[in-house]
Amino acid sequence: MIETIFSRPESLREVSTHYCPGCTHGITHRLIAEVLDELGLRERTVGVAPVGCAVLAYNYFNCDFAEAAHGRAPAMATGIKRCRPNLIVFTYQGDGDLASIGTAEIFHAANRGEKFTVIFVNNAIYGMTGGQMAPTTMPNQKATTCPFGRDVETAGYPVRVCEVLSKITTPSYIARVTAAVPKEIPRAKDALRKAFQYQAENRCFSLVEFVSTCPTNWGMNPLKACEWAVSDMMPYYPLGEFKTPDDPLPAGLNLIEGDE
Amino acid sequence: MPMIKVHKETCKGCELCIHACPQEILVMSKVLNKKGYFYAMVEDPGRCIGCAMCALTCPDVAIEVGVQGTRYVLYEY
Amino acid sequence: MARVLMKGNEAIGEAAIRAGCRFFFGYPITPQSEVPEYLAKRFPEVDGHFIQAESEVAASNMIYGAACSGTRVLTTSSSPGISLMSEAISYCAGTEVPVVFVNIVRAGPGLGGILPSQGDYWQATRGMGHGDFRILVLAPNCVQEAADLIMLAFDLADKYTNPVMILGDGIIGQMMEPVEFGEMVDPETLPEKPWALTGAKGREPNILTSLFLDPNVLEALNQRLLAKYRQMEAVEKRWETYNISDNMDLAVYAWGTMSRIGKTAIDELKERGIEIGLFRPITLYPYPYEAAGEVASKAKKLISIELSTGQMIDDVRLAAPGREVNFFGRQGGIVPTPEDVRDEFLKLIES
Repeated sequence: MIETIFSRPESLREVSTHYCPGCTHGITHRLIAEVLDELGLRERTVGVAPVGCAVLAYNYFNCDFAEAAHGRAPAMATGIKRCRPNLIVFTYQGDGDLASIGTAEIFHAANRGEKFTVIFVNNAIYGMTGGQMAPTTMPNQKATTCPFGRDVETAGYPVRVCEVLSKITTPSYIARVTAAVPKEIPRAKDALRKAFQYQAENRCFSLVEFVSTCPTNWGMNPLKACEWAVSDMMPYYPLGEFKTPDDPLPAGLNLIEGDE
Repeated sequence: MPMIKVHKETCKGCELCIHACPQEILVMSKVLNKKGYFYAMVEDPGRCIGCAMCALTCPDVAIEVGVQGTRYVLYEY
Repeated sequence: MARVLMKGNEAIGEAAIRAGCRFFFGYPITPQSEVPEYLAKRFPEVDGHFIQAESEVAASNMIYGAACSGTRVLTTSSSPGISLMSEAISYCAGTEVPVVFVNIVRAGPGLGGILPSQGDYWQATRGMGHGDFRILVLAPNCVQEAADLIMLAFDLADKYTNPVMILGDGIIGQMMEPVEFGEMVDPETLPEKPWALTGAKGREPNILTSLFLDPNVLEALNQRLLAKYRQMEAVEKRWETYNISDNMDLAVYAWGTMSRIGKTAIDELKERGIEIGLFRPITLYPYPYEAAGEVASKAKKLISIELSTGQMIDDVRLAAPGREVNFFGRQGGIVPTPEDVRDEFLKLIES
């Protein structure tokens, strides 16, 4: 009698993705699906897909899904969640979508403390459009629109989303994980589980950033891409929890709130 | 006894599982699957410890892990 | 409910509540800010939900999301804000979800001014966003009609699963007039929307998207939309005529506020024995071409009067092919007086 201890989660459809071989999007999708299964949330979940490589994410998850305009997934998720607060809502966004064109939407969704979960896939490049510079492209990293490498004098330094959003006063859960290192995958799942759990408890906005790879546009094989993510991205994008809803509010605010 | 099964038609041949396996029991095929990829296969099933690292790291959910008899939980997942 | 004296913008907010709308996502902009202000205060009494978005871009995408969840939802803005919303309007049209947008038009282009204008006629009826789509456009000319059309707009949006726009100039939004509202619609009693995103419990997942990479699938959507627009053109045209007779010296074409100024001028000239009729489209899309053409056939001369450099004049020409269509309008937020319009009519008739 063989007991299956690992197989495709119910929240993930039995279809082959369009992602390139070795792209960590697939792992990230599966982890979300596993968490939805484990928390029993699939039947009341609505996902919001981005524009970018994950634009077809709605074909892969076995739950209701909407397709947003580029960068607007947090606005769309706000509309869905506010109208139907009993739903579990998540957005799935890449670095161009979230950290460039959708900066205003993600910042203010976090600041309003919208009770949905954001999965942010940071692979330091625009994948779907063919390898252009992203807001998270590393200094000197080559891309088709910075063929000599990102020049920080003209393009600035890469945007660190977790660091920025965790400075917002409104309570939230902000964590950075990776699926590019096998032993980090269980930790990534822990972070996702917490993020969805906080949402299910109606506690706070949650965002989990995945330091991810793009073997195709980085011009590396999948293993080399994972190694590059560790050697070149993670020193600048450190893993860990940046903010939890249990963190104390700034002292000044407590004074304003009065004597409770 | 743990055992893994690679769905060869689902595999895209990225080789991440080959490097994730601490026992180094996975190898790439010498023939192509229907998608046109060399796929991962288990070369030495007897040495599998059921850690599921291969399955965890597979971006295409091409690997299933099963166990017959006693299951050792090596980490929280 | 008895008649109450209300500002147009507030009446729009109250009418939305009457229509069963309990969600508003918006952003302040003159001259429509009284709508979000009214709803921010009024919504808590009816278990409604108001959110001030960070921009019109966000507000419009919020209502796109809200509409996907199957809820009646509204946003209001004014010209520059509507331009920012054009992205979401296109997505709503492509995804086929019902939403109601209100544009309280101000003078442009660019930041323009904050005084009334009808300069967004082309935008609303021709180019409300990228891609090949149409939205229903309803144009009230008084506060009562603004309230009535808001209620109608929600029904039409649901009927066609398409965006509907109320196009009112700044005067409609800012003016106070008596208004009587229709019966309160209980949102719970509205028909189910089986396509909505409500969680895939006991059914296959619903997917709402405007992305169709297969050209054949996308063309099928284009054709389905076209059939929908043809249906709107067949049954949704609405208009008003005033003082039409068989042998008119002049037929006046005007929408919104300009129609009221035109009527005052017509009344005055009627006393002097000059017969002028007025045609006012209430639906700007679909434009009532046939009815407008019939009016043209009874008049010696035609004129379109607008708070713009002449935009609806294109549709009047389409309604009366081969006829010369004259124009009178003011721009920049300047509203002509009935005397200005009367003199223009006289000049044209006597020429």
